[in-house]
Formats: sequence, structure tokens, C-alpha cells
Amino acid sequence: MQVNEYKPLIVAFCCNWCSYAGADLAGNNRLNYPAEVKIIRVPCSCRVNPMFVLRAFQRGADGVIICGCHPGDCHYTSGNYYTRRRMAALFSMLDYLGIEKERTRVEWVSAAEGAKFAATMNDFVEKVTALGENKRLEDLRCKK
Amino acid sequence: MQKITREQLIEKAVSLLADGTVSCVLGWSKGEFDYDVTPALFNNEEELKANFVFNDFCGVNFSKYLISKTNKCDGKILVFLKPCDTYSFNQLLTEHRFDREKVYAVGIPCEGMADIAKVKQICGDGISSIAFDGEKMAVTTLYDDAPVMISTADVLAERCVNCKSKKHVAFDELMGDEGEVIDSNRFDEVEKLEAMTPDERFAFWQNELSRCIRCNACRDVCPACTCEKCVFDNPNSGVENKSPANSFEEKMFHIIRAFHVAGRCTDCGECSRVCPQNIPLHLLNRKFIKDMNEFYGEYQAGAEVGLRAPLVDYTLTDIEPGEVFDRGDSDA
Repeated sequence: MQVNEYKPLIVAFCCNWCSYAGADLAGNNRLNYPAEVKIIRVPCSCRVNPMFVLRAFQRGADGVIICGCHPGDCHYTSGNYYTRRRMAALFSMLDYLGIEKERTRVEWVSAAEGAKFAATMNDFVEKVTALGENKRLEDLRCKK
Repeated sequence: MQKITREQLIEKAVSLLADGTVSCVLGWSKGEFDYDVTPALFNNEEELKANFVFNDFCGVNFSKYLISKTNKCDGKILVFLKPCDTYSFNQLLTEHRFDREKVYAVGIPCEGMADIAKVKQICGDGISSIAFDGEKMAVTTLYDDAPVMISTADVLAERCVNCKSKKHVAFDELMGDEGEVIDSNRFDEVEKLEAMTPDERFAFWQNELSRCIRCNACRDVCPACTCEKCVFDNPNSGVENKSPANSFEEKMFHIIRAFHVAGRCTDCGECSRVCPQNIPLHLLNRKFIKDMNEFYGEYQAGAEVGLRAPLVDYTLTDIEPGEVFDRGDSDA
């Protein structure tokens, strides 16, 4: 048995109306997804300011995933359309600065998609684990 | 070498002051050295004749100054706008940042402005005076007896080498001839960076951004950054007051700074001009502009008043954030 097995820290921003309920459903259905995923509930995926994503990385997150309602299903009609544009620009910029693109993701998960939520998280954690620790984005001064 | 002279501008300003069209003039004033030209408000002919200058170092974009200065002047304010400044002018009007009725804009032609950093690369530090003589400038330094003759074309600022437009998109009156929008190569350098591997890109930006001393000059000068209260003035933001260091902090600052103006940045290049550390900040802004042109269609902020910026708009069939990486990246 390996003692110091690397476990990434994943921050998942989940919208209150779809993805958070999707995560709940995944739990109710006893579906497995890694405990390294820390879910932060937001009213809408467009509540996620680019600063939230960077701040999470700065404080030591290894991956950040944003989950929202499917386009067209937003509780607030159009919030996730703005998320889509904003995060496309932000992720492209992070890639431009040489940050591994597998560390960021946007996924649309509805309240009925508990299985998709678990599968997405399993896949995301696997990819980030393969990348290893987030060295490029963390700020040593934020280390506990 | 500019096509228009200081005397012509003063004459225009004096005549507009005399007939009461404007009550003050926003123009370039002599600085401590011949190259650090400063924006200033002129109230009469005497002040203009004493301090007004116009030369190859008048790169300052006046658009942002209109926000505060229109409140200080009773009547109209005369402002001289180079073609690239007019884009910022329109963008600020779109955002309702100043009263158009209080401004009399005179469009002036621009042949490109000089970058003092490039001048210093040629003749070294210790510049005591710069005289303009036809196509050339005569730079005298403390260490040489004879002045060094430099052609402006050789020391053009990066933003002027890749000038995007000689056309004024907003003015009340135009001096000189109207130019055209130029099909520039301004995204070439961005493409060069995109073609690198992620490791090379990271090393490049680490090298550039770690020089940042967080003086906030890029934010203060930016005509798109006009918030009265800024997130970076918050002592709890975790990103203020720092020494040059290799940490993520300055990358965070610069990503967020560029993101805040994404879609509203007219690519006037002021951020790179004022940076005391010569960080190529325009490359961040241009990346956003290039991306948005590719994802959401060609868009030039400030080309017209009232345009809707890409990030405050959407369509039902936008590109997914995950797909942006699959556009033929060399490392994809």
C-alpha cells in the first residue's frame, strides 16, 4: 500500500438549481465520486467570477470545475449563456499563460443527471491526478 | 515627425477659445524632460504658448481625462484626439462616462508616436534634451557632445508599428486628411505565443510578469478601467502591495485586469506605454480581442457608439469553453 498517495483538491462550483441537485441525486443513488471534490453552491453558474477560479487556484486547488444548468434551462433564463462566454475567454487566457488546460472545465449537469455528475467528477479527478500538483498557479504565501 | 505642428494646434485652440466655442483646452504640456509630456488643462492663450507641446512623444490618450475634466470646466472642453484615441472616446460614450455635449473634439492626424525606451536603447540613459528637426530627432545625452540623430520611424512604439487605424471614428472637427482603417498585423505576436508549448508560454509570462511592481499605472491610465472603486484598492484583495516576485499573484492581477476590460478594450496600447517595467501588457488584451473575434465574430470596441460588447451578449449556439482548446493548437 502506498502511504503518501497524491490526492488532488478539486473545487466544484455548482449552480443551486441544476448541478447541486444533480450532486444530491448522485448521493441518493449511492453513486461513487471522489471525496476530493469540494462543492461550493452558487445561485447560478454565472455567479462565478473569474476571480473565484483564480483565487481557488491561488489557495491551492488543483482543478476547478464549474457546473451549471444546460444551456436553455437556466433558472434565470440566460445566466449560463454568460458563463459560457466568460469561461471560454478565461480558460483560453489561462492556456495562453501556460496553465494546463485539463485543470479547468465547464460542464452542464441537470438535476436529473446524478449519474453524469458522478461520471464527470470521476473523469475530472482522474485527469487532474494525472497532471499532479498545481505548481504553476499556487501562491506559497497562501499555504497553511 | 508629425504632419501637424504645435503652432497649428495652438492657433486652432486660440481661435476656438476666442469665439467662445470652448472654455478650456485639454492638451499636452511640457514635462520635466522633453520626452515626458504630461496632460494638462489650458485656460488661455498665454498658458498655451508657454507650455503646450506637440511632438513625437504625445502618446497620451486623452479620452479618460474627459471623465474628470468635464466636471472642472464650465463651458465646453477642447480635446485633441488622435485616431486611436477616438475609439476610446466612443467606448466611454457608450458607457455613459462623460457628457458628449461638454466636449469639442478635434481630430488630428498621427504618424505614430515614439517610444522612449527604444530611444534609450539607441543612445543610452542620461538624455538631457531632444530637439525635433524635420524627419529626425536630435537626442543629446550627458555623456556625448554631439547629439545622436534618430528617425522616429526607427523608434515607433509597438502599438504604432501595428497601427490599427488612421481613421477618426468620432470628432466635431477634423484637422488634416482623414485616413483609413488599417489591416494591421497586430495579432502576429499573440499567434507566435500561441504556437509555443505551454511550458514555453509559462516561462515567457513568468519572466515578463514577475517584473511587475504593482504600481497600478496600467490600471490608472486605461481608458476602459474607469470604476470609481477598484477591486485592487481593497487591502483584503490579497493582490495589493508587493515586491517583484515569482508568484501567481501578479499573474492573477494581470489576468483579472485584462479580463475586466475584455470586450471593451480598444487596443489603444496605453497600458504597455506607461509600464515602468516594460511588460508587454497589450499581448494579454490582444489575446482576449483575438479570441473574441474568433469565437463571436469580428468586434472592434469603440468603432461606433452603442455597440454591445461580446461578454455582455450571447447567442444560443456559442462555442463551449471546452472546445476553445481544439482549434488547432500546436499542443492539442
